[in-house]
Amino acid sequence: MKTTDTAAPDPRTQVKKKNALTAGQKPAWTWIAVLVGALVLAGVVTAVLSGGFNWPGFVILTGVFYVIAMYIVTLVVENRRRATDGLWKNLVWGAFLVALLPLISVIWTVVGQGLPTLLANPNMLWVDMGGVTGASDQATVNEGAPLMGGFLHGLIGSVAITAIATLISVPIGLMASIYLVEYSRGGWFSKAITFFVDVMTGIPSIVAGLFAFAAVQLFITTFIGEGPAQLQMVKMGLTAAIALSVLMIPVVVRSTEEMLRVVPNELREASYALGVRKWRTILKVVLPTAMSGIASGVTLAIARVTGETAPILVTAGFAATVNWNVFSGWMTALPVYIYRQLVNPTAPAAAEPSALRAWAAALVLIIIVMVLNLIARIIAQAFAPKKTGR
Amino acid sequence: MSKRIDARNLNVYYSKFLAVEDVNINIEPRSVTAFIGPSGCGKTTFLRTINRMHEVIPGAYAEGELLLDGDNIYAPGVDPVNVRAMVGMVFQRPNPFPTMSIRDNILAGHRLNGARMSRSEADDIVERSLRGSNLWNEVKDRLDRPGSGLSGGQQQRLCIARTIAVSPDVILMDEPCSALDPISTLAIEDLINDLKEEYTVVIVTHNMQQAARVADKTAFFNIAGTGKPGKLIEYDDTSTIFSNPANEETQNYISGRFG
Repeated sequence: MKTTDTAAPDPRTQVKKKNALTAGQKPAWTWIAVLVGALVLAGVVTAVLSGGFNWPGFVILTGVFYVIAMYIVTLVVENRRRATDGLWKNLVWGAFLVALLPLISVIWTVVGQGLPTLLANPNMLWVDMGGVTGASDQATVNEGAPLMGGFLHGLIGSVAITAIATLISVPIGLMASIYLVEYSRGGWFSKAITFFVDVMTGIPSIVAGLFAFAAVQLFITTFIGEGPAQLQMVKMGLTAAIALSVLMIPVVVRSTEEMLRVVPNELREASYALGVRKWRTILKVVLPTAMSGIASGVTLAIARVTGETAPILVTAGFAATVNWNVFSGWMTALPVYIYRQLVNPTAPAAAEPSALRAWAAALVLIIIVMVLNLIARIIAQAFAPKKTGR
Repeated sequence: MSKRIDARNLNVYYSKFLAVEDVNINIEPRSVTAFIGPSGCGKTTFLRTINRMHEVIPGAYAEGELLLDGDNIYAPGVDPVNVRAMVGMVFQRPNPFPTMSIRDNILAGHRLNGARMSRSEADDIVERSLRGSNLWNEVKDRLDRPGSGLSGGQQQRLCIARTIAVSPDVILMDEPCSALDPISTLAIEDLINDLKEEYTVVIVTHNMQQAARVADKTAFFNIAGTGKPGKLIEYDDTSTIFSNPANEETQNYISGRFG
């Protein structure tokens, strides 16, 4: 019996040493070599120009040299088309890194400044500024006494004001977008609503604060009285919540509207064809189908208004202690707390403890916003219509 | 239950545009009627006037009379929702509700209207409807899975099951097989044959062989040109339409010498 494996291999089926399809390409290590060259050159140039070493100049020059050198190398080794392709790829990457820079820098600064304070004084999370005076901050600086005070009142204020704002804006925004998508048939009224919602998306937040202040003042002077005690009542958590909902409603309307529009018409028709009324179709078919998008849109709107400072400062003022009552008395929100601590330190002569508290509060605020964004994603996942059932 | 359908001088408009002109037709109960004709000739529009579904499109309305067992569904004061509960509809693309399981899809007609029923009643309806649409054996073990996980043909039969679950008198089908492969099409055609025992079935189709296979009577719609209204050209027994049509336009269309 003859076996075929003793036969000489057919040269046509062998893998060639040099692949004709990859001929003329620069080797894979080119970019490392170019990068090292750019680093060295940038280091030398920075040293010569600034007479020493400085990081920003070094990094920027490295980037510039790298992009230029890669273009030239590719142009020489390969061809013009690949060189241009590579140049644009590098530029797009560069733009992406530049765009990322402020974000990373903000998080870096806040974590760097806030985290040590927060870890050293975790009690900041459950005490307010009651009893903290300039003298105690002076003692912290001069005698090394422990850092006093915290921002529990800011946390409670932020949560209470945002919660009331959400309670006001979500029903209004949801119903407005249902009107726009399901009931208006493109008439002038719906066009007007869409236009004003777009305008409202862009109003400065301080204007929303002034509006809420004026509106509540008008309400109180008309129905309760015009005395100084009544005018004092205007500044409260509810007024701030109204200001925030002015900012929130357009965002909710817009995101919900988009979500309702992408619900396929076939589902509405399927429901109508079963003899289901329009409002039940909206409630039981359209809204559940769009629920994941609506919920995440609402959460993002909440995250957006949580960081507002000016409208809350105008409408709710600020306080040193916890106030649970949104209907009476001044209230502090976290952003306002940060602002007040930095601008008007508790001890004007020893501002450092106030700055530490402000950075710790800023870190907590960023964490809250990040958690809200995460929740939005989880909600979107949880409510999304089930794709497969095989 | 099944009802007869009579259209009298029915004109259908989209705003000012007359889409279908002067339809007169008598459809017998417990029969299958096919509407054939070129695209844009108004057969789907006319089909959607039978359960007032065309009114979902802004500006659409109908003039004339459409009688269900002698009751005019376009009489003043008639609630379109009640009409649609009597006249079910199956659409071109299968459209099960994506948020619901197979079981909930079947019960949608009851549940969405807020009807309360016991567990055994609901099980009864689900099994009866799924058996009625020849789907029971394929899905009985996965009733709690999403309906969107079924194949296209199964989804379409799920939609038919959903329609018969509310016990309508008439079932309208708008090109129910155009998105399906031949095997699924055969399953749906067999099902249509079973359905006419109990229901009046009206089907729009582009497939003349399908009309010849399933329909007792066939109506041919045509359009004189773009922007002109569609008209009912000829309506007769299916065998007559396909072997010996009275109208020359029908003859040209069914023999492929169109235009």
